[in-house]
Amino acid sequence: MAASSSKSKSVFVTVGTTCFDRLIMTVITPDFCKVLHSIGYDKVVLQAGRGIFDSDVKMVEGLQLEYYRFKNSIADDIGSADLVISHAGAGTVLETLDAGKPLIVVINEELMGNHQLELAEQLYTNGHLFYATCSTLVTTLQSMNMENLKPFPRGEPSKFATFLDKLLGFS
Amino acid sequence: MSGEIGEAGGEAEPGETEKVAGGGGHTTEILRIVSSLGRQYTPKVYISADTDHISQDKIKELENSITQKDRYEIVTIPRSREVNQSWMSTVLSTFYACVYAIPVLLTHRPDVVLCNGPGTCIPICGAAFLLKVLYVKRTRIIFVESICRVKTLSLSGKMLYYFADELLVQWPSLLDLYGRCRYIGRLV
Repeated sequence: MAASSSKSKSVFVTVGTTCFDRLIMTVITPDFCKVLHSIGYDKVVLQAGRGIFDSDVKMVEGLQLEYYRFKNSIADDIGSADLVISHAGAGTVLETLDAGKPLIVVINEELMGNHQLELAEQLYTNGHLFYATCSTLVTTLQSMNMENLKPFPRGEPSKFATFLDKLLGFS
Repeated sequence: MSGEIGEAGGEAEPGETEKVAGGGGHTTEILRIVSSLGRQYTPKVYISADTDHISQDKIKELENSITQKDRYEIVTIPRSREVNQSWMSTVLSTFYACVYAIPVLLTHRPDVVLCNGPGTCIPICGAAFLLKVLYVKRTRIIFVESICRVKTLSLSGKMLYYFADELLVQWPSLLDLYGRCRYIGRLV
């Protein structure tokens, strides 16, 4: 992608309120950081959630790392990222797509059967995001083409208003 | 963006809508829908679980952001189910919450109950349905399924399948399985 080479690019990794240490551990491996660096990224911000993960590593393979556990709002971190890597939580997924940011959803295989996966799977099928597991994340990163992602426009609550007006005889 | 869709032409009676706020993402979803409704839907009564302060804050935030202030009220009832609560005790606490819900509906006598989620949804709809069968008040029960539901209805959706007047879903794929549902487009 034709990213302006002068601007530093960053990735935001978020696990919401879940415990998903495996994703965090995957992201800070030298293998993963090397690939990220090679495609132009130089900073990773990690929202580590409830996991037991704790680290004071600040730099891996030329990539600057920043951690925190929770914030009231992750909107700013999504907004300043060039790529978001997230757990399958519907809230985060929708917030990221709303912000128009490219997104890789990483499935926590320990939480299979979780209904939240339905939404992420459908959005993947419809071409709005990429979909990976911790073991396929590196391959996904190497093979994905962000230009193929389709925007996911917000729904239209006004359709509900129209529907209700008609139902109650207001229109 | 404007919520002023179809001004009530003077003849239609103002509808009193009750919104049932669930926790977390459900609250965000229903408030997006509510924010599009015109002024004919006033006064509004929001119903929230007593322990759900986050939802109550979100409701206040929305109502305070509306430029033309409307009357609204937040009523709290006991939560019918906490996360991980067992089935048997859920039945009991839902019954208890229904008992609380009946006077709320008798006081406000809404034309529409709009709900989308877990928590307080079932007791309120149960009470509304009861008053409807007893010919006390013809309240329309409208359930909007969460955008998260692509292939299956939520437990609340399944429970309300035959009780709600309208069940709106946000993915057309659900219509194959659940013929009573309606898809009018994605709403949130």
